[in-house]
Amino acid sequence: MKRRLTQLVLIIILALLVLLPWITPYFYIFIVTEILILGLFAASFNLIFGYTGMLSFGHAAFFGVGAYASALLLQSSEWPLLACLVVAVLTGAALALIIGYFSVRLNEVYFSMLTLAFGMMVYAVVHQWRSVTNGSDGIAGFQMTSLGLGLDLTLGNPSVYYHVVLAIVVAATALLYLVCRSSFGLILTAIRQNPERVAFCGLNVARYRLAAFTIAGAFAGLAGGLMAPFLRIASPELVHWSMSAEPVLMSILGGTGYFLGPFFGAGMFVLLETWITSWTQAWMLVLGIILALMVMFFRRGVLGTFLDWWLERK
Amino acid sequence: MGSIGMALLNSLDIGLLLFVIAVGLNIIFGVLNIINFAHGALYMLGAYLAYSCIGMWGMPFWLTLLIAPLAVAALAVAIDRLMLRFIYQRDISDSLLLTFALLLILNESVRLVWGTGIYVVDPPTLLQGTVHFPGGITYPIYSLFVVGVGLVFLVGLWFLFNRTRLGKIMRAAALDREMAQVLCINTRTVITGAFAFGAWLAAVGGVVAAPMRAIDPGMGDKIIIESFIVVVIGGLGSFPGALLGAIVLGLIYGLGGRFLPDVNLVLPFVGMAIVLLLKPHGLLGKGAAS
Amino acid sequence: MTQPTLQISNLTKRFGGVAAVNGISLDVMPKETLAIIGPNGAGKTTFYNMLSGRMVPTEGRILFEGQDITGLPPHRISRMGVSRSFQINNIFNEMSVRENVEVALTAYRGDSRRWANIASRNRPVQDQADALLHQLSLSDLATKRAGVVSYGDKRLVEIAMVLATQPRLVLLDEPTAGMTPDETHRVTALVKALAQTGHYTFLITEHDMSVVFDVADRILVMHRGETLALGRPDEVRAHPEVRKAYLGDTDEELVQ
Repeated sequence: MKRRLTQLVLIIILALLVLLPWITPYFYIFIVTEILILGLFAASFNLIFGYTGMLSFGHAAFFGVGAYASALLLQSSEWPLLACLVVAVLTGAALALIIGYFSVRLNEVYFSMLTLAFGMMVYAVVHQWRSVTNGSDGIAGFQMTSLGLGLDLTLGNPSVYYHVVLAIVVAATALLYLVCRSSFGLILTAIRQNPERVAFCGLNVARYRLAAFTIAGAFAGLAGGLMAPFLRIASPELVHWSMSAEPVLMSILGGTGYFLGPFFGAGMFVLLETWITSWTQAWMLVLGIILALMVMFFRRGVLGTFLDWWLERK
Repeated sequence: MGSIGMALLNSLDIGLLLFVIAVGLNIIFGVLNIINFAHGALYMLGAYLAYSCIGMWGMPFWLTLLIAPLAVAALAVAIDRLMLRFIYQRDISDSLLLTFALLLILNESVRLVWGTGIYVVDPPTLLQGTVHFPGGITYPIYSLFVVGVGLVFLVGLWFLFNRTRLGKIMRAAALDREMAQVLCINTRTVITGAFAFGAWLAAVGGVVAAPMRAIDPGMGDKIIIESFIVVVIGGLGSFPGALLGAIVLGLIYGLGGRFLPDVNLVLPFVGMAIVLLLKPHGLLGKGAAS
Repeated sequence: MTQPTLQISNLTKRFGGVAAVNGISLDVMPKETLAIIGPNGAGKTTFYNMLSGRMVPTEGRILFEGQDITGLPPHRISRMGVSRSFQINNIFNEMSVRENVEVALTAYRGDSRRWANIASRNRPVQDQADALLHQLSLSDLATKRAGVVSYGDKRLVEIAMVLATQPRLVLLDEPTAGMTPDETHRVTALVKALAQTGHYTFLITEHDMSVVFDVADRILVMHRGETLALGRPDEVRAHPEVRKAYLGDTDEELVQ
């Protein structure tokens, strides 16, 4: 009964998303595109945090390098978008593998510290390496020529790009969901609750953490790869720790205990940001206050608290 | 020879300043078992307050050095009472999230109050000018002062932790909170005190650093990363480790800045990565339960 | 001449200047049940920690089925066929009872590497988990959150997880601690039944003497980290040193 209802709700939401350009004002296309991309970014973060129990403050590193990979390829070689995205995924995964290798072997306090530090290292490199990344100016002036797979689409049209993003994000989310629901996901959840016990069951916990971290990096890279064409620029801000704060807040806002929590949180986040930045410059301050209040009083998140209550009722 | 000497001297004041800040981070970690992500912001707040006191209100440097860190410590007490105590019993990640939120709040608040410009504070007249060493090395007198302050803290803190009752209490609370509570040590007070003390140290660092470095909104980010590198290299929670880590980082900056300027930014991280590979808990760190 | 399952020589663990375990040597034969007794602080848990990989010995060697496991990490030792339960409950409190066992089974079967496995986990694992739960009379608790079941049942979940990885050497750390007499009886009967199958070698630390004398083939008495006595129950019971140092206290326990 619960499952049917959930499936129905999801199908309705999906249908609405597909029809969005025709049923809402024009600028919502941009907002929802951003929500979808950031939602994927946040969901990839939650694989590490909500599922595996590791708090990373450097997740933007993978997002950012994915964006840069995509932007650079589009600028220099005009590859089809799908090919660029594949490279973005691989870049995110590779960087995550390296950073993860250093970070997962120690306890959670060290881990959060190291991810922040390494994230800022990536920022420093991106910021300084003018010859490749164009420094603080970022990579701009590229266009998407084709999608790939022989499909002829005008990706420059926001509505078209929106549907492409929707399709890719839905596919990626489905894949991520499979990972979370699998035996591998079960082990990750166990690791969050009691890593020592998992070791005594015979598993190398560090290796699983690293695997989760790498997978998360791959999905974050994908999100970044979609973001660069959307923003029409890849800039160092995408790698800064303040960008790393966004998936953290989105996941907490939506709820780290449920798979779709981060997506919901991304929606709330973007809408909040759009609203708040219209009357103040101090968005980061509000972000910090919201995060603090959520952690202190509303830890399960908005969607999370609702689902907790809803599932208890049945 | 002179350039190496210069580079080494440059390492010294940076290193000792980092030491003071890193010890604050270690104290907070030792007693509260969390990384204070807002530590750099507290340092920055100290520096900006120094600017306001000295540059705007014309207070003497010495008075500022006394008052500004105390103000930051008072803020830390408020933060602990109003925020940290709520989540203290919960999962560690909640505390980490909270100090991270604090980082966002403090960073932006500084920006709101003081703007995004860069400020400069002059050293007090007593400490201006340079001193000449043999070998043609000149060294700012203020840097000597910083070194002196660092040494005073080094000795004073060592004394505090190893020879005083207060220090023993803090170490006890760090080792086993439940046991400390059983022994009727008022752990809540110790925790608030440790957090305030750590914040105070960071702010002292900020005030001392103000005449030395430019005061800008990015200085908090910079110092927190540097503190992290220091404690990772030296070992989280280790007092001598903080000193060793700070000296190593100071050397990397001093020597690296002189001889390898292009990769100067990445060198500290490389150093940190090497230590992580060889001695994951830091050069002097104890085993942290994984 | 059968090879001992466990060959321990001069096992020592020092913390600073204090030796929690000091030069223990013994052989544990296959299929036997060895009980380890001793007052609190005798070093029993430290001993276990070294056998299971939680701590690295300061000195000495441990051979399991002829292979050196000294200082290996816990997951390696577990993979080789050694499984342990914990004195303080160490299960996955937020998961259901069945999921707890599923985790152990998944770990053992290596299914977790096939991470695209959907269909609400893995059917065979679920069935296996149910079978194991049935064996321990935990079936009606299968879907309950492990954190809310009774203390005794939590210990049984712990034991289920230990058995799930099909060990050949089982280390039980005070399995009946905090249990009601009824639950104690259940566990004792279970251990005896499992020991009779001949698949397992058991090491059990216990404070409850009635359990010890019921299940043990041999008893190791530890005192201040050292071997005080080692032998069959009747030998140990009659041992003068043991009577002096330890069984003097436990006469009271027997009365209880």
